[in-house]
Amino acid sequence: RPHLILQVENVKLLDRYTNRKAANGTLYLTATHLIYVDASAEVRKETWILHHHISTVEKLPLTTAGCPLLIHCKNFHVAHFVIGQERDCHEVYTSLLKLSQPVKPEDLYAFSYNPKMSKDNREIGWKLIDLKVDYQRMGIPNDYWEITDANKDYEVCNTYPPEIVVPKAASKATVMGSSRFRSRGRIPVLSYLYKENNAAVCRCSQPLSGFNARCLEDEQMLQAIREANPGSPFMYVVDTRPKLNAMANRAAGKGYENEDNYDNIRFKFIGIENIHVMRNSLQKLLEVCEAKSPSMSDFLTGLENSGWLRHIKAVMDAGVFLAKAVKDEKASVLVHCSDGWDRTAQVCSLASLLLDPFYRTFKGFMILIEKEWIAMGHKFSHRCGHLDGDPKEISPVFTQFIECVWQLMQQFPCAFEFNERFLLEIHDHVYSCQFGNFLGTCHKEREDLKIFEKTHSLWPFLLQKKQEFRNPLYRGFTAYKELQPNTLPFSFQFWCGMYNRFDKGMHPKQCVLDHLLNCMSQKTKLEDNASELENKLPFLDGPLLTEACSLPKLGSAPSKTPMLNTPQDYDGDPPAVLTNGTVEEDIDVTSDVDQKNKENQSKHQDLCNLKATVGVLDSEAVDVKPEHH
Amino acid sequence: MEFAELIKTPRVDNVVLHRPFYPAVEGTLCLTGHHLILSSRRQDDAEELWLLHSNIDSIEKRFVGSLGTIIIKCKDLRIIQLDIPGMEECLNIASSIEALSTLDSVTLMYPFFYRPMFEVVEDGWRSFLPEQEFELLSSLTDEWRLSCINKEFSVCPSYPAVVIVPKSVDDEALRKVAAFRHGGRFPVLSYYHKKNGMVMMRSSQPLTGTNGRRCKEDEKLINATLRAGKRGYIIDTRSLNVAQQARAKGGGFEQEAHYPQWRRIHKSIERFNILQESLIKLVEACNDQSHNMDRWLSKLEASNWLTHIKEILTAACLAAQCIDREGASVLVHGTEGTDSTLQVTSLAQIILDPRCRTIRGFESLVVREWLQAGHPFQQRCAQSAYSNSKQKWEAPVFLLFLDCVWQILRQFPCSFEFNEHFLIMLFEHAYASQFGTFLGNNENERSKLKLQTKTLSLWSWVNRPQELNKYKNPLFEANSLVIWPSVAPQSLQLWEGVFLRWNRSSKFLDEAYEEMVTLIEYNKQLKAKVNALRRQLAELETDDGMQENH
Repeated sequence: RPHLILQVENVKLLDRYTNRKAANGTLYLTATHLIYVDASAEVRKETWILHHHISTVEKLPLTTAGCPLLIHCKNFHVAHFVIGQERDCHEVYTSLLKLSQPVKPEDLYAFSYNPKMSKDNREIGWKLIDLKVDYQRMGIPNDYWEITDANKDYEVCNTYPPEIVVPKAASKATVMGSSRFRSRGRIPVLSYLYKENNAAVCRCSQPLSGFNARCLEDEQMLQAIREANPGSPFMYVVDTRPKLNAMANRAAGKGYENEDNYDNIRFKFIGIENIHVMRNSLQKLLEVCEAKSPSMSDFLTGLENSGWLRHIKAVMDAGVFLAKAVKDEKASVLVHCSDGWDRTAQVCSLASLLLDPFYRTFKGFMILIEKEWIAMGHKFSHRCGHLDGDPKEISPVFTQFIECVWQLMQQFPCAFEFNERFLLEIHDHVYSCQFGNFLGTCHKEREDLKIFEKTHSLWPFLLQKKQEFRNPLYRGFTAYKELQPNTLPFSFQFWCGMYNRFDKGMHPKQCVLDHLLNCMSQKTKLEDNASELENKLPFLDGPLLTEACSLPKLGSAPSKTPMLNTPQDYDGDPPAVLTNGTVEEDIDVTSDVDQKNKENQSKHQDLCNLKATVGVLDSEAVDVKPEHH
Repeated sequence: MEFAELIKTPRVDNVVLHRPFYPAVEGTLCLTGHHLILSSRRQDDAEELWLLHSNIDSIEKRFVGSLGTIIIKCKDLRIIQLDIPGMEECLNIASSIEALSTLDSVTLMYPFFYRPMFEVVEDGWRSFLPEQEFELLSSLTDEWRLSCINKEFSVCPSYPAVVIVPKSVDDEALRKVAAFRHGGRFPVLSYYHKKNGMVMMRSSQPLTGTNGRRCKEDEKLINATLRAGKRGYIIDTRSLNVAQQARAKGGGFEQEAHYPQWRRIHKSIERFNILQESLIKLVEACNDQSHNMDRWLSKLEASNWLTHIKEILTAACLAAQCIDREGASVLVHGTEGTDSTLQVTSLAQIILDPRCRTIRGFESLVVREWLQAGHPFQQRCAQSAYSNSKQKWEAPVFLLFLDCVWQILRQFPCSFEFNEHFLIMLFEHAYASQFGTFLGNNENERSKLKLQTKTLSLWSWVNRPQELNKYKNPLFEANSLVIWPSVAPQSLQLWEGVFLRWNRSSKFLDEAYEEMVTLIEYNKQLKAKVNALRRQLAELETDDGMQENH
């Protein structure tokens, strides 16, 4: 049961978009959550914010109503509280600063999160994703590629996993030599093998070439990769950085491949900006999203100036380039950026997603994230700011990847087994630190943290909720092979569901996804009913079969989606003509609140048993309420 | 006049057609009085092009040696290209198309020549009569009457022959009010809100002029719609500034002193060439595929199209809010009362009235609030986004309305009986059609053109079951509530179905739509099956029971 740290009465939660009167209630701080309970509502309404989700806490200047506290979350939730007493506000403020950014990894939620799951089930959970199985699926090991444990003691590279896939032709000496010539030892390894034509996507970090250094083993390594695809006389080497950035790196003894030194490579820059540019871009985007009643012009200009969609397009373009090179030109591609753990991860995982329908399934997408992001050392801990650390290391690299997937979903609504909510849930958990998967910066660090012994894996938890995460329009594994998205600017949309996710008033008031998910579950029930009835009919020989009458009335089965529906402030500038006396008669209050509660509680659900049903989890979660001292 | 005079070369062989989503095809080009036809003489129909001349917005010609190229830009925003061997043929074709697509006599338009290939079951010209509308209203209230004061179209040339006005105001008073309102458009009933008995009226601006002229009958007329002690709202679709300037030209707005029970709100909605330019800029931005992201967003912003959408929706929501939430009656007008006024009154009804979200109800709304209400379709839709004519009276007012409906449909995907294709179909027919429905500028002109006898109504065709099926929204579940759309910029989107229709393939989106239809249809069949089985079972049980009782 959550331990109560602080309780403050007389707290208001402002709603940015409706004219509703500010709620008045109680704020609780537990070890893991900030919980706000709205006392003024007829139905108990709770807002839960996980401490790890908090990115900033600001005390705003005192107002007559009290002391405002503005909380920005990493999942783009913005909560604006007004606390009656200055003293209380300050206490909440300092507590949250401490709670939201722990100093020691052991203080992260995952180490205390206890879903009362047996040790065996926890271990089964961690084994759910096995990267070897995925390499087998690609046909590896084969004549050209092998899985080597050369890195089992992290001799090659301490940010790579113990097992890596390299060309069979590359000797241990080549591997070791190449590792000395690549930034942080991140040698070229296989990311994805396109079985149909042997073209491969490989990834690494920048070479330590400076202005004219070269390395025989590294050249041999690239040659081995090229020759592992005998169908193509050349291979691409793609530097995902803007050329200027790459050139600047040469002065520091790093840089990019010289085409003259490597046989038959075609070198290419794809300008994706660095983590700092991306961080600033997101910051600007969020300012636009948070603006109070902006005009259309303000919004579109802000969207443009943020550069956010330009960056999304750049990442997508790079992914498309890779996929085309592999599929159409049958050429292998080696990708790197600086260290090969940000842009490279984005681009490689996108290419896999475009090339292989498996990665568009639940299981495949989990594997993809484990493989290209977690195993290959994307520094989640630093990029997401899990711990109190350098704010300049924080960057929405993974968020951009998730958005690219969403953009693909918009263009190919039937190609993914999962829906938007699945993406949002993963995105939430990358920051929540509730599960061990995204802790630390690389495999070695996770071993040192003993996350496999001390924490739980996210994936089984998500699979349990598969029903709500599935895409009702999914046409199956074989319907689409490679995807060729349109990357003209107008094909990219602003993702309101992510960046304004908590501003429910902005979203469509009726949700097609809910409607269709409902259809799906009805379908199963109806099919069962039909076959049950059919079985009964021929054997009917008396009036004893009363069961038929107790069947639920399916003809009138409600498939209503709750509609959150109140007028906005349409009045704009002329002084509030219509603000008084707005009765909210149309609003379906109960379902609104139910929905909210469910959302909040789902974050707090305890995972008891791998086989437990979602229903059981729900009832469990209801009991979890803050304790009052 | 004979069309043959305009057709200098009726037929050219070896013409190559380029159009979106199809590979180039070679065939024979034929010109008829109303169509441009390209036939490849192949078996499958996909290789045929039938293009109405009236759908052509502009043409450009180019020559490389003796190979001529004609680029045809259509009002439905499609762009096609014809490569024509021979300079003379090309010039002839180009000048013929130009002449045939800009005929100035309405009676030469295709609807006067079109012979239906289907049986007319229900005459669309008689589907939506004001009398029927009034009958519906009479069952709810007896405070209104049908006035035939305009049966000769002499009191107000842009109003229909019959209008609904307050019972307490006689025709004599109406005549005086008409003289006080721009173009004679005196306040008439637009919508009656069943839930609370509040009404929405529409009119044109009052002719107050600079010296504040007043008209007692006008004041009496609109006050007649107020409940005792209640206030009403006048929504002026111009900014206060523009409304004030209108006084210099004899127009104006209702002075508080003379209309003390009314509160005036100004909600500026743009008009005429500003809208036309906005459309031209938007389509230009959508068609230019060389843009980078920044340029695309900046052009989208600079077109102001979504700004107009937001303004129109906001005004409509405000009108609806006054009626439903404030329990007040509303009068809407701008200057003439034929454009922004109709956008606001028709959208407010979609928000308030579930009937308007059905197919029949929406058709009825278009007939009442646009056609009968005198939106000058012929002037406004004479040209579309590729026009160079820059005529003041051309403006995509109706398209903006349809776009706003699409925005609401997107936010309430289960509340409309029709789908996006229905709206796109209406857009197409408003600009070029084989039907007479959108010809003329008002009922007066339509009656002079004898459209009812000489042309076919769009509704006769659309409302046949086989046609209607295309336009049915599989997600529809009747929703009796008022639907309040969000007008936040994040909630409004570019209408891809219209503006990107010819610029990107919709294959995967169409497949998703099909998938959705299949899922929902299958469920419906299953439900029917289960119900039938259950009934069968119950019948067998009672039969058995009866036998047992014997």
